Amino acid sequence: MNKQDYILSINDLKTQFKIGKRVVKAVDGVTLNVRRGKTMGLVGESGCGKSVTAHSIMQLLPKAGSIKEGEIIFRPQNSEEFDIAKYRKTDKKLRNMRGRQISMIFQDPMSSLNPVYRIGDQIIESIIQHERISKKAAIKRTVDMLEMLSIPQADKRIMDYPHQFSGGMKQRVMIAMGLITNPELLIADEPTTALDVTIQAQILELMQQMQEQLGFTIIIITHNMGIVADMADDIAVMYMGKIMEFGAKEDIFLRPTHPYTRALLKSVPVLGNGGNDRLEPIRGTTPDPSDMPEGCSFMPRCDLATEKCKNAPPYEDVGNGHMVRCWYAKGGAANE
Amino acid sequence: MATVLASKQKVKKSSLAKRNLQKLLNNKLAVFGLIVVTAMILACIAAPLLTPYDPMKISLSERDLEPSSNHLFGTDKLGRDVFARTLYGGRMSILIGLSGAIGGMLLGVIFGSLCGFFGGTLDAIFVKIAELVSVVPQLLLVLVLSTFLGAGVQNLIYVFMFTGWVATFRLVRGRFFSLREESFVEACRAFGIGNLSIAFKHILPNCLGPVAVQLTLNTAGFILQEAALSFIGLGVPSGVPTWGNIMNAAKEIIVITQSPWLWIPPGIAIALFVLGVNSLGDGMRDVLDPSQL
Repeated sequence: MNKQDYILSINDLKTQFKIGKRVVKAVDGVTLNVRRGKTMGLVGESGCGKSVTAHSIMQLLPKAGSIKEGEIIFRPQNSEEFDIAKYRKTDKKLRNMRGRQISMIFQDPMSSLNPVYRIGDQIIESIIQHERISKKAAIKRTVDMLEMLSIPQADKRIMDYPHQFSGGMKQRVMIAMGLITNPELLIADEPTTALDVTIQAQILELMQQMQEQLGFTIIIITHNMGIVADMADDIAVMYMGKIMEFGAKEDIFLRPTHPYTRALLKSVPVLGNGGNDRLEPIRGTTPDPSDMPEGCSFMPRCDLATEKCKNAPPYEDVGNGHMVRCWYAKGGAANE
Repeated sequence: MATVLASKQKVKKSSLAKRNLQKLLNNKLAVFGLIVVTAMILACIAAPLLTPYDPMKISLSERDLEPSSNHLFGTDKLGRDVFARTLYGGRMSILIGLSGAIGGMLLGVIFGSLCGFFGGTLDAIFVKIAELVSVVPQLLLVLVLSTFLGAGVQNLIYVFMFTGWVATFRLVRGRFFSLREESFVEACRAFGIGNLSIAFKHILPNCLGPVAVQLTLNTAGFILQEAALSFIGLGVPSGVPTWGNIMNAAKEIIVITQSPWLWIPPGIAIALFVLGVNSLGDGMRDVLDPSQL
């Protein structure tokens, strides 16, 4: 594949948090390529570094966090590619990028909108921030966008305050804020976790519809295997700050190779699939990120672990870009 | 930004104002406060219409008169009409209290926003200053400052500003600490909005409810302090009528027992106004929170 086909290439990204004297390696060498116009799912347990990866892409890390190593190459369609990791958090280039070229929507729509401003004003502000546009045109674009996101009576509802909206409606407003500037990449950090299941489906469907119409790329972060099965083209499985397995959706679901991915798939219910099977939780808990085991980080919980696993396993291609970080990936014990 | 839509549809804006007004009107205490405060302010402004007397004019032939139809609250030892002095004095007292409180609020809001948002060394410095101001007994501080700057209406306002910003500063700073972790602030960052704009345009409006309440409390407090300072002769120069200055006459036992009309009217005026302002502030706290129905 051509380099230009990847909108984002992350190479060996390391993001650390310094808390007192402790250093937490939240992201520890992530390498990822995101295909333009496709949807990439980033899955993993809580605390595995998914959100930190996303925040590193936007350089929206809290004060204690910083990118220590690696590059994040962003290739916008109409301008020069650049390495996001090379700029300072407050750099003008990044401020212009945020919201204009890369947008982000957050987990909790309830608190992602400012309670004291009308929702219309909040959406309009994200246009005005990046474009010179007349008030009238901005209002029209806002109403059009909300209508696309099927908010009824959008021209009236832009005058409402956030507390007058339900959770699902607020998330639509957030999506509208993210998409109104026509970004090339939308990062959705657990966009439906705070919503109930029926609304979840609606929001995900809307995101897919918008993607078809506007052609942006989505990185969706979730711990819900159902959502990635539904939405994603490519899936990256993360564990303790590293990508354990990466591949096309079919590879991950039909040919899961890393023991962690397999364990993860066994631990979630699949509708209409062996109703009497018991779910198998992954034994043990995630290790303390400031005190990581040597070698493979999944070793303490892995059924296949051997002496070999005390050395860090390589990140290898097992065919067609299906990448796995395990000693037993290539026809080893993992494929029993 | 808020004005973009406000200019588009005036009707809808007023419906929110209407709802807020309705909320205020449902609160009996707040209505009482609103009526008292408005009535007293109007009476003070309209003083020339309500009384023909000049509050400063000395008339030795009319000294120490009891209240009568001619002089509603009687006259003082120099023959000045007490009713006129109470009205004109109210102008000055309210002006001092309000401008001191507004000035203090502005300082407190600006320092509080910057410290609460950026934290760090700036915050540490201002917190230390605020602590310094608040460990010295306030009356003592006011006394020292007003002897330092000299008596005078303007100086008194400066003194109140200097001592009055601390409460608002703490309030705003504290609110900022919790609000800056909210995800709407993160969302603002994700949309490329700059720091100062996030602090003053997005976070600050969320703190204004409590700030308004603090403003009313400070106004009431400063009116009381002005009265106390003027009573002991350290506030406003005795030539200028204020509620405190009028009560100054009641320093002598003989006045307290023999001429109650000299101190009861300004005393009641102070008590009533402070009570009104405080009840209004309480009501405003409930109304100004947009997330509360």
